[in-house]
Amino acid sequence: MEIIAKFLEKNGLVVAFLLVGIIIYVSGIISDKLTNKKIPASAIAILIGLILAYIGGVYTRGEKGIADIKIFSGFGMMGGSMLRDFAIVSTAMGASFLVMKRTGWVGALSLFLGIVLSFLSGVLVALLGGYTDAISLTTIGAGACTYIVGPVTGAAIGANSDVMALSIAAGVVKAVAVTIGTPFIAKYIGLNNPHTAMVFGGLMGTTSGVTAGLAATDPKLVPYGALTATFYTGLGCLFCPSILFLLMKIILD
Amino acid sequence: MIIYGVAILAFCYVIGQLFGEFLGKAIGIDANVGGVGFAMLLLIILSDWFNKKGFLDRNTENGIMFWNQMYIPIVVAMSATQNVRVAVSSGFIAVLAGLVPIVICAITIPILAKLSKNTQLD
Repeated sequence: MEIIAKFLEKNGLVVAFLLVGIIIYVSGIISDKLTNKKIPASAIAILIGLILAYIGGVYTRGEKGIADIKIFSGFGMMGGSMLRDFAIVSTAMGASFLVMKRTGWVGALSLFLGIVLSFLSGVLVALLGGYTDAISLTTIGAGACTYIVGPVTGAAIGANSDVMALSIAAGVVKAVAVTIGTPFIAKYIGLNNPHTAMVFGGLMGTTSGVTAGLAATDPKLVPYGALTATFYTGLGCLFCPSILFLLMKIILD
Repeated sequence: MIIYGVAILAFCYVIGQLFGEFLGKAIGIDANVGGVGFAMLLLIILSDWFNKKGFLDRNTENGIMFWNQMYIPIVVAMSATQNVRVAVSSGFIAVLAGLVPIVICAITIPILAKLSKNTQLD
C-alpha cells in the first residue's frame, strides 16, 4: 500500500491526467444516459470536480480541495494557474479579432461597472451584517469582486484577519456560484454569442468562475469571456484599496 | 512540428504575462494586469500573420490545438482544487456577499450586450 501511495504522489501530474480522463468519461455517460444530453458533459465533470474538492476540504481541512490529499496532489499542478492560463491563451486560436475589437469599449465599460457594482453590493451586504467601519466594508466589498482582490485590498488598508477571511470566502462563493450557475442563467441573459460573453467576463470578473462557467455553457465562448475577465482582478486590486476606499472614508466620516 | 506550435503558444504566454506583470508594477499594484488577455491578442495576431506567410502547417497548429482541447480537463482539475468547503460553510454574510454581486451583474449583462450590438450596426 505504501509503495502505491508513494508512487501516486511522486507521479502526481500523470495520475491527475488519468483521473480527469476517467471523470470526463463518466460525465459523458451520465450526460448521455441520465440527462439525455440536456446537461453538457463538461458541466457535470466540473460539478464532480467541485464535489471532490469539497470532500478533500472536509477530509484534510486544507484550502486546495482534493489536492491536499497527497496522492491527488497532481490536481494542484494540472489545475494550477500556469497550465490553466496556458490553455486559456490557446483558446484564442479560433477567436475572432474583429469581434473583440468591436466589443472592446463595451468590454472596458463592463469591467469598470463589474468592479463598482460588485464592490457596492458587497459593501451593502456587509452593512446589513453589522460592519460599519470603512476598512472592513471596503475589504468585504473587494472580496465580492474576487477572492484575490479581497485579501490584497485588506492587506493594503490594514483589515483584521477575520474580515480578510470573510472577504476571501465571499470571493470563493462567487467563483463557485458562477461556475455552477452560468449554464442555467445563460438562456435568460442572452449568453449565446461572443459579444455577450465578453460583457459577461467583464461583469463577473472571477477568472476561474467565468472560464469554467462558459466551458460548461459553450466552449466556443471561453476565449471572449476570458479576455475581459483577465483584466478584472488586476483592475480590482487597483481600484478597491485606492479610489473606492477613499470614497468609503469620505462617505462614512 | 508539434513543438513549434507549443513554442509559439509559450512565446505568447511569456510575453503577454510579462507585459501584465510590468503593467501591474507601473500602476503600482502587486498583481498581474491582463497578462492572459495580452497573450491571447498576441496569439491571434501571430497566428494570422503566420497563416498568411504559410508558416503554419498542420502539425504546428496541432501543437496549439492540443492545449485548446486540454482546456476543459484542466478546468475540471481546477474545480477539484477550489476551496469549496469554505464556500459552503462560510456563513450568511460571505454567501450573500458572493451571490448578490452575481445577481446584480447578471441583470446588467443584457443591457450592456444591447449597447454593444447597437454599435455594430453603425
